[in-house]
Amino acid sequence: MDIVNEILEREQKKAEKYKPITVEKHLEVEFDVGTLLASDTNDLDSKALQSDEERDNYLQELARDNTQLLLNKVWELPTERIDEAIVVRLPAPKTILPRSKPVPKPKPLTKWQEFAKSKGITNKKKDKLHWDEQLQKWVPLFGFKRAAAEKEKNWLIEVPQHIDPMTDMYEKKASEKSEKVAKNELQRLKNIARARKVKVPRVGLPVTSDKANAQQLATAAVVAKASTASLGKFQDKLPKEKEARGKGIHELIPGKERKRKAPIPTPQAEKENNLNLIDKILNKRPKIDMDKAVSKHINNEQLQRSEEKKTVKLGKGKRKIKGGNATNFTAKKPKGGKGQRNPNKKNPGRKRR
Amino acid sequence: MAVIQRIKKPTTRKGKKVLLSKEPKPIEGPKQCIFLQGRNPSERTRKLLKDIYDLKKPDAAFLSRKNDFVPFEDSTLIEKMCYKKEAALFGVGTHSKKRPHNIILGRTFDYGILDMIELGADNYKAMSEFHNMKVLAGLKPCLIFNGPAWDLNQDLKRLKSLFTDFFHREKVESIRLQGLEHVLSFTATETGSIFFRSYRIILKKSGQRTPRIELEEIGPSIDFKLRRTKLASDDLYKESCKIPREIKPLTKKNISKDAFGTKLGRIHIGKQDINRLQTRKMKGLKKTPEEKKQMLLKKKVARQSARKMKATAA
Repeated sequence: MDIVNEILEREQKKAEKYKPITVEKHLEVEFDVGTLLASDTNDLDSKALQSDEERDNYLQELARDNTQLLLNKVWELPTERIDEAIVVRLPAPKTILPRSKPVPKPKPLTKWQEFAKSKGITNKKKDKLHWDEQLQKWVPLFGFKRAAAEKEKNWLIEVPQHIDPMTDMYEKKASEKSEKVAKNELQRLKNIARARKVKVPRVGLPVTSDKANAQQLATAAVVAKASTASLGKFQDKLPKEKEARGKGIHELIPGKERKRKAPIPTPQAEKENNLNLIDKILNKRPKIDMDKAVSKHINNEQLQRSEEKKTVKLGKGKRKIKGGNATNFTAKKPKGGKGQRNPNKKNPGRKRR
Repeated sequence: MAVIQRIKKPTTRKGKKVLLSKEPKPIEGPKQCIFLQGRNPSERTRKLLKDIYDLKKPDAAFLSRKNDFVPFEDSTLIEKMCYKKEAALFGVGTHSKKRPHNIILGRTFDYGILDMIELGADNYKAMSEFHNMKVLAGLKPCLIFNGPAWDLNQDLKRLKSLFTDFFHREKVESIRLQGLEHVLSFTATETGSIFFRSYRIILKKSGQRTPRIELEEIGPSIDFKLRRTKLASDDLYKESCKIPREIKPLTKKNISKDAFGTKLGRIHIGKQDINRLQTRKMKGLKKTPEEKKQMLLKKKVARQSARKMKATAA
């Protein structure tokens, strides 16, 4: 019995040495262990908070209690040992925090991707190097040093029998490649247009603003007209409607007859045509507009008369100035309208000399 | 606009990576933060923002130039800077006679402002004034919110979410037990003041597995006063909190747990005809050919009588 009591006393003493890890609270503290968050909804001691000296101590004690509770929860979780460190696996966080960017929308698949999905085609990873029998060495299929390897392989390209022997095979190869690249680019743009739900016409640029421009409308009208069973032959035309012009529009209108080009004229006929044209231009006679001629003549006569009058007046004035006076105060200021008010005159300001 | 959907393809691989990093992802990394100076910042606000910047390193940028703008009226400058720096959180420090030692904390969503809360710093003790050992940078702190006011007031609710967003670093799945060293405590009173304290955790022996916690105050000690707020509308907030489908935990609807913790499952079967149920076949109960004949005769008689009944009824 004594031994048992002794042991119990020893344990009690040991426990007393250490401070307790339990905390008493009125209301339960809410924990979100995933974000290491603790929300204590117990009332605060407002007296302690108001006094400046006690505030910090009170806050520290409060924080200590709540941290103790939170870490008790953390220590309850299952632990693992990763590289000499004891690690705790946290549960999923309960607080939902807003994202910085919206949820990504699923991208629409391209035409090839849809086809591959329906057929079950998966991507096979290509190795960069592959053994080339001709060169007898490992050659990269893409990337660094591929162009040099291609050049080595194609140091000579034979011209096959059925092609014109004067074609440049390297040029042909380059042009084929550029065609392929252009086709790929076109398909990529079509994929983008399909994803963005932009309708692209077969010819010309798609409508960007909410209103189409005149050319796009004209093309659309022409294509619509030619979409009948008789290919637009019996469709009426508006009085001032113009045909759509531009590259590639001809293919959209299957029924239209091609404007036949005039046959190339012979050199004599061409010479004759040109000479006739020059004669026409040079022999042109001036057409006389009677009204204009009459009014011009009248105007000329009036101008002459006014000039005669001026010379008579000036003659008188000039004799006086010969005396040598710079300022002639007796010379009268010219009065506009001869002193009479002219209501029709548009500028009613003072006549300045 | 995804990188693949761009009309002009990025020419360099580095450019493509930069564009990809700017795209929205289902699981996002830690939010970046920028700190700006407003018109006429005071020494206190600058130090305060610097302290918060230290707490948020390396996910933060401190811009030292003074910008002449009023965030509550014209927030385009903040949005532009956040777009440039790819930051979702921001803090602005200003000072005026009407609003002394003002800091504005906020966050953005989709390059537009989500929430903006203005706090005034009444008492401020910088981190440098506490002369003791600090905590390692980059640790995930424990956050403690004291006071019933956090759940009652709408503004304080958002402020709580904003503080959590600001200081919780990032979502981690596991944490080293030695690495729990930092605690931030936010206490809200009814008068609208919020006490911000930062402590270092010291683990002491307690005779049990779980240690006894002692705290030592280190970092900044700030007494905030809640001033103006500009919170996002409920729809915008809801949209920003949407969880992408890939991450949503799939709940199996047939499974449930009862009070004892035993897993119960529910199986749905269609209508069953008890007479024609397929039970275990026992050879001894098999019908002999004579019994089968008798069954057929019985059925015939039953059919005939039924026909007769029909005839008489009609």
